[in-house]
Amino acid sequence: MKGRMIGVDVGGTFTDVFVLNEADGSASVAKVPTTRPDQSGGFLEGISRQVTDMSEISVVVHGTTAGTNALLERKGATTGVICTQGLRDVLEMRRRDRPRTWGLRGDFEPVVDRRNRLEVPERTLADGSIRTPVDLDAVRAAARQLQDQGCEAVAILFANAYANSANEAAAVAAVREVWMNQHVSASSEILPEIREFERFSTTALNAYLQPEVSGYLHRLEQALASGGFDGEFMIVQSNGGVMAVETACRLPIRTALSGPAAGVIAAGYIASSAGFDNVITGDMGGTSFDVSLISRGQSMLSPQTSIDFGMVVRTPMIEITTIGAGGGSIAWVDKGGLLNIGPESAGSDPGPVAYGLGNTRPTVTDANVVLGRIDPDNPIGGKLERLDVVAAREAIDWHVGQPLALDTLAAAEAILRVANSRMAGAIRLVSIERGFDPKNFAFMPFGGGGALHAGAMLKDVGIARAIVPRYPGVTSAMGCVIADMRQDFVQTINALVAALDEISLAEFMQDHTDQGMALLDAARTTFEARELSFELDMAYIGQTHTVAVPLSVQTENGRIVPPTCAEIEKAFDATYETTFGRLLKNGVRRILNLRSSVTGKRPKFDLKTLAPETTGRSEPKTSRNVHFGGTWHETKIFDRLELPVGTVIEGPAILEQPDTTVLVEPDLQARVDPFGNTIIEPLGGQS
Amino acid sequence: MSDIDAITLSVLSGRMEQIADEMDATLFRAAFNPIIAEAHDASHGLYHAQSGDTLVQGKSGLPIFVGVMSFAVKAVIEKAAADGDLQDGDIFIFNDAHIGGTHLSDMRLVRPYFRDGELFCYLASVGHWHDVGGAVPGNYNPAATEVFQEAFVLPPVRLARCGEINQDIIDILLRNTRLPQSAMGDLNGQLGALDLGIRRMDELLDEYGARTVSSALDALGHRAEALMRSELEALPDGRWEAVDFLDNDGITDEPLAIRVALEIRGDSMTLDFTGSAPQCAGPVNIALPTTVAAAYVAIKHIFPALPANAGVMRPIEVEVPEGSLLSAEFPSPTGGYTETILRMIDVVFSAFAKAAPERVVANAYGTINALSIAGKRSNGQRWVMFSFYGGGHGGSHESDGLNHGNAPISTATIPPMEILEAAYPVMFRTWALRPDSAGAGQHRGGMGAVYEIEVLEENGAEAFLFGERGRFAPKGIADGQDGALNQFSFEQDEGWGVPPLASKMRGIKLRQGQAVRLETPGGGGYGKAEDRAASDVARDVFRGLVDPEKADQLYGTAWREMSS
Repeated sequence: MKGRMIGVDVGGTFTDVFVLNEADGSASVAKVPTTRPDQSGGFLEGISRQVTDMSEISVVVHGTTAGTNALLERKGATTGVICTQGLRDVLEMRRRDRPRTWGLRGDFEPVVDRRNRLEVPERTLADGSIRTPVDLDAVRAAARQLQDQGCEAVAILFANAYANSANEAAAVAAVREVWMNQHVSASSEILPEIREFERFSTTALNAYLQPEVSGYLHRLEQALASGGFDGEFMIVQSNGGVMAVETACRLPIRTALSGPAAGVIAAGYIASSAGFDNVITGDMGGTSFDVSLISRGQSMLSPQTSIDFGMVVRTPMIEITTIGAGGGSIAWVDKGGLLNIGPESAGSDPGPVAYGLGNTRPTVTDANVVLGRIDPDNPIGGKLERLDVVAAREAIDWHVGQPLALDTLAAAEAILRVANSRMAGAIRLVSIERGFDPKNFAFMPFGGGGALHAGAMLKDVGIARAIVPRYPGVTSAMGCVIADMRQDFVQTINALVAALDEISLAEFMQDHTDQGMALLDAARTTFEARELSFELDMAYIGQTHTVAVPLSVQTENGRIVPPTCAEIEKAFDATYETTFGRLLKNGVRRILNLRSSVTGKRPKFDLKTLAPETTGRSEPKTSRNVHFGGTWHETKIFDRLELPVGTVIEGPAILEQPDTTVLVEPDLQARVDPFGNTIIEPLGGQS
Repeated sequence: MSDIDAITLSVLSGRMEQIADEMDATLFRAAFNPIIAEAHDASHGLYHAQSGDTLVQGKSGLPIFVGVMSFAVKAVIEKAAADGDLQDGDIFIFNDAHIGGTHLSDMRLVRPYFRDGELFCYLASVGHWHDVGGAVPGNYNPAATEVFQEAFVLPPVRLARCGEINQDIIDILLRNTRLPQSAMGDLNGQLGALDLGIRRMDELLDEYGARTVSSALDALGHRAEALMRSELEALPDGRWEAVDFLDNDGITDEPLAIRVALEIRGDSMTLDFTGSAPQCAGPVNIALPTTVAAAYVAIKHIFPALPANAGVMRPIEVEVPEGSLLSAEFPSPTGGYTETILRMIDVVFSAFAKAAPERVVANAYGTINALSIAGKRSNGQRWVMFSFYGGGHGGSHESDGLNHGNAPISTATIPPMEILEAAYPVMFRTWALRPDSAGAGQHRGGMGAVYEIEVLEENGAEAFLFGERGRFAPKGIADGQDGALNQFSFEQDEGWGVPPLASKMRGIKLRQGQAVRLETPGGGGYGKAEDRAASDVARDVFRGLVDPEKADQLYGTAWREMSS
């Protein structure tokens, strides 16, 4: 019988599998080493740990870093470009930026070599009129030449194709007739939005990823099928929704932040189940601290992301702010006598000094080890027998203590204080700077080290409480099972509201709706509900930056009721006033883009099934000395997963589980909520 | 650093940088004109209550402002001292470049920050407005001989007194621009950024106390100075000279020398610009504040890790001869200041390369190419397309120069071609790299660009260009070769024409279907061309970036042995 939903997150070190039994709501997790170069080995191994008969599985949802890694490591396919005459170098010229403000160093290699960027006669103007019809013989000749030059994928990039796609569509049809595979990407299909560099870059990167990502996903699909799986296989997108595997193969660029997005989705669900609709997540890895904000249950989306210098992807992605302060970030004192953390990092290999793998410069983790906050005899991750505290002390003393005239412990505390203030800065950036008051938010750490720093975030930023999920190490895999199915669409409109053709706007909305609904219909999974949402990118004429104006739109029997100009103006004024505090007298309102999204809400499971029994061990298993605020404290150590619901533990305390250490500082307490989450808050409860 | 511990200092330094960054971000979001909103031609910071020195400045604003903003604050301090009535809630505004540096397009707002009734520091905001009157839309008038032909001039005046905005000032401002709505939008954005800065400073001082923050600010200055001294200490002592030239001043076709002698002794350095050309008639003069700021930009590019704090300049002496075009007097025109400071940065790099070539990059393309194309549509509506164009960066010890980068004094991005085509009646025939434009070397310069822009409007249009490097190419360093010259041409009934003054011209009449063509310089090369790897030469040739025959001449024929 059917009835298992499976989420799989493949990370750099571990592949996490989360299995939900839909029949009884029970869940289980598995963690296996990630296999390289073919990740499908670990993927299947993880699933088979929990499920013997794959025909019992109804849905497999995958959060993947295959696309991210191919982009960062430049391991995509040899890709060709066919473009408008005169515009061969747009991808290489970017928006005339540079890698760093100061120093003027560094060059840039686009993912498509100049030899593989060919021009053809054609030109569409900004008003959509065709000045030069496309020369299809030239297009075919270019396609043949690119194949001869070894290109596996091709992108068609025509000027102003957002305004009229006729030339580009004709070229794409001609290329598809002669191209040897499916890997043909067209700018007007991928992103019909004004701004040629952003559109071309997104489309070219899509083509660049297509052979790699679709090959990987097909291998997984076949391996699942050969194990007897005949359910739905879906992929998490960067926007936090899932898509069918066929869509992912066609639009692999939408997987660019698939893995982290799944984590944020899970964090939002866990927090809102526990009663917190506003949450700031913090994922602390070896080299970075990734922060994301969820307000009223909604993740923030950013319309555009730079994967690396010059590699711009313009598709909605969960907004994740990254700073270079992870467990492996190196602490150093500059020539002016100031203590700095990062951006240089020892990562996880060689890792902190305490790992004993060759690094001799102190890291944030080393400070945690020296202060007793991490147990040197039971290192997380299980790769090492024990940690080298002496070496960590020596490194801190030499590189930080001596230059600042501090003893070793004071130097270690200084490292944490500066690291915490950098992390707090990232939280301020996503909250205070965007107009959100952190007092109304809970902080949710996940990843290996985040829960060691939760208390500091409460103090530095003024967040009321932290919530540590019961299984912080498998958050992303859980997010795969929770995520809704979602498709985003964009169309440049570029019209003054006063001169808007409401019917043609409604036609674009209808087209987006129909495409999105068709994808939901084709999915073999069930939806509890379907949602449409529309936004217009709008501004006053003369203004450069647009605001995203949500528009409430009615449907009748599946047909969009065209919104009126008056409704649009009202919606704009409301949003603009909220954003900038004042409206512009006599300002002329303009619509740049329409953004639509179609969401199929998937059934949610009850997180209570993960909760602990009410009778567990609430006594400490041991104790050790931990350094806080200048002195050692005898600190009780608890087995976190054993604690029954309702337990309250006063700090100082440490709660341990196999992949996470939760630190409760002296003036804080930890409370086990009905879901097994740990709530960290000021002593005495609600602040 | 006696009364503040190093750790609190680290934390406060990050907090205050974040305040300045957030002020930047606030203006970028709210500004109307794309020069601020997209090109980030703006800056914010905190400045010393008595000296006006830069204490902290945002990281995302325009590099040249890092050094120049303190002059704006100093001007306000002098004005307030003369008037003797500085109060909480006052806001000063001005654009006078001879007092505050740069050019008249940059509108400066300065606001004292009071704590418990005492002046604690100043906050300031500067942004490049789209149009501030004058003879040429966008204010790049290559034929100006006085500031009055460039824009209206506003000395430091109170925009607000005790928190009350003086509407009279706003009315004067808006009557003196071709684009009042844009100006009002930008002004609102700058006021918003200052409001935010005040709120954030209140929060910070509530948390840490005024004394602690104040000692942190002092300590950060000492630290910046110590950092600079330790960098200089590590360099060899000596004196190195370099000279380069501006094509002309836009009025008389005579080259203008920019000359520097760079001397390092122990932990201090002198930049002596004696021997540079005298003040000229045209708008490539710069005022003394701009000169000091440009020296700062050059130094910060050479030592990129240094903080944006006035302490960095304490070990450095900048000597500028009186009467030179680097210390021009009011009312000499300064609209083209960008070209002069780019050349200053080039000569500092060239001189420094003789001391420590691996610490600098070869010259970048060295001109902003301010090109405006303007006209009237058939419905009588006026349009002005104004933008700066990119070129190649210099090669360095580590790598080739960046193709098509932005100017070293700026972090501005270029507007997308499609945005320009949607907004103005033009079509880009070409938007491409310019092959063979980079200086040869072990690491060659980055490639410049070619932009060819056709007028679609049936009424035709007029073009104005303010550029440089038409006569003197960007220089290589460490035996690297020079990049290509800037070339501008325009289509007329009788064929293509070129400006008599190389890269400066105004009032070029274009008919519908005619175009202008801008070919920008590449960067200078680093190291000897003969040391370039044959595989790198071959790759450039196969990519069509270097002509095969030229490659033979520059690099020898070894590349021909390479397969691909």
